[in-house]
Amino acid sequence: MEIEQLEKVASQVRRDIVRMVHACQSGHPGGSLGCTDLLVALYFERMKLKEQDGKVVFDMDGKDEDLFFLSNGHISPVWYSVLARKGYFPTAELGTFRKLDSRLQGHPTTHEHLEGIRIASGSLGQGMSVAIGAALSKKLNNDKSTVYVLMGDGEQQEGQVWEAAMFAPHHQVDNLIAFIDLNGQQIDGPTLKVMNNRDLGAKYEAFGWEVISIEEGNDMASIVKGLYEAKGRLGHGRPIMVLLHTGMGYGVDFMMGSHKWHGVAPNDEQLAAALAQLEETLGDY
Amino acid sequence: MKKYTFTEKKDTRSGFGAGMQVLGQQNPNVVALCADLVGSLKLEAFIKENPERFVQCGISEANMIGVSAGLTIGGKIPFATTFANFATGRVYDQIRQSVAYSGKNVKICASHAGLTLGEDGATHQILEDIGMMKMLPGMTVINPCDYNQTKAATIAIAEHEGPVYLRFGRPVIPVFTDADQKFEIGKAWMVNEGTDVSIIATGHMVWEAIQAGEILEAEGINAEIINIHTIKPLDEEAILKSIGKTGCVVTAEEHNRIGGLGDSVAQVLVKNKLVPQEYVAVNDSFGESGTPAQLLQKYGLDAKHIVEAAKRAIARK
Repeated sequence: MEIEQLEKVASQVRRDIVRMVHACQSGHPGGSLGCTDLLVALYFERMKLKEQDGKVVFDMDGKDEDLFFLSNGHISPVWYSVLARKGYFPTAELGTFRKLDSRLQGHPTTHEHLEGIRIASGSLGQGMSVAIGAALSKKLNNDKSTVYVLMGDGEQQEGQVWEAAMFAPHHQVDNLIAFIDLNGQQIDGPTLKVMNNRDLGAKYEAFGWEVISIEEGNDMASIVKGLYEAKGRLGHGRPIMVLLHTGMGYGVDFMMGSHKWHGVAPNDEQLAAALAQLEETLGDY
Repeated sequence: MKKYTFTEKKDTRSGFGAGMQVLGQQNPNVVALCADLVGSLKLEAFIKENPERFVQCGISEANMIGVSAGLTIGGKIPFATTFANFATGRVYDQIRQSVAYSGKNVKICASHAGLTLGEDGATHQILEDIGMMKMLPGMTVINPCDYNQTKAATIAIAEHEGPVYLRFGRPVIPVFTDADQKFEIGKAWMVNEGTDVSIIATGHMVWEAIQAGEILEAEGINAEIINIHTIKPLDEEAILKSIGKTGCVVTAEEHNRIGGLGDSVAQVLVKNKLVPQEYVAVNDSFGESGTPAQLLQKYGLDAKHIVEAAKRAIARK
């Protein structure tokens, strides 16, 4: 897909995010908006997905297709919107987010059999281990496709992340591309103040990862270029870590760059202000 | 009293290792994972025959559970192995979210459960694992009683779709069940039919219950002994049928009295038919260093204590 088209999808996904969070008056818009461009680039450009008659189809085993895992499950709005816009389930279902009897739980779950989700996440630090397991499963199945996983930068404070970080190079999990959303923010404030997890690239390199950076993590052309670079480095005995520099709340001026919009929903007025900044490109749900 | 004899003593963990060897040969999807305890878990034969299907995780149990959950995606059947303490309490949230809530076909296989791991002491003697695991929705909880039953259970859980907690131990104990038994998850085993008291036992306590049954018989008390190897789902029918006949029950387990087999049986009684129940279990405490026999005696879990509990239960009828 052309960069311009990807940007159009991203604009609609951002509209979906603020509308979903507004409708239930809860959820996490900040990180969702920041990672919108990555998820759109992955699902609409980079990932090889199973299709039938021109439509994506979902099965749990995901053999011979690329897999994506969201470890920082609280940014579920962006994932749900991207999955729906890609065609995994009807976009109308986005209106049920976080409401009773919805398949779109506050944090992603397989429990409700929502197409596109392969593991529950929300309790942080677990997703990379799961992605590594899925990548090992692909190797055992002689399946050449790729596994992607996204984590938050605050999430790097979890110990399990570093167990997984040690494991993947040791076992030469070189069909795995991991991302850290470097937005520098977490619930209690800037990550550098809450718990300084500086020099993440150097840390992963020391653990044996191949590390690359996408400095403009909200610029579609930069992301697509970075994704191709990451893909090109697969298969050489090392897992790939992509440091994705994003802005929390990107795309909505009053939400940008602050941890205050980590887990707060906009009111009616703020919703209107946000939507005025985001072009409706694919039709609201 | 039906006679149970044995020609050898073996550890249940070796039964697990033997079961894994069979699975390695029979089921190409079975993958074994271990957190730096290959010798203790008796995985050598599986690893020798299937090196590509063994994943050494190092001393990183949380990651091992996550990797196991991921391996199921693509159809693998991971057996995640370590000591019971590190397989449950240490990684409860990982099991809860990545395995149980996610409905993953992971087998958590835990050795060195209970007091009878012995000299290592309370840091390693988990007595709360059955409770933690049975509280997880969808989790099957199995605690086999000897080498043969552990081997059979290991092979059986590979055929069961869904998460399983398989608990076994370190000490050598009599091998008294059939070598060629068929293991049915959730189905109680009638060890001995009786009329005066039902003794419902799991794990290492089944042999203690058999010895208690012989002591009681000598005193003219006819004990029905039931082996509940599957604590969840519980064979309620077998329990109700037995207490309908005997009118009282003793539960015996190598676990805290809070949250274990005894409480599961008590729930069945409360819902269906109230009869006196006596617990043979650890009385809400941690363990300590000692030999397995010394510990069973000190913490009130040996045959003698089962005999006393049976008499108390009968007296309350």
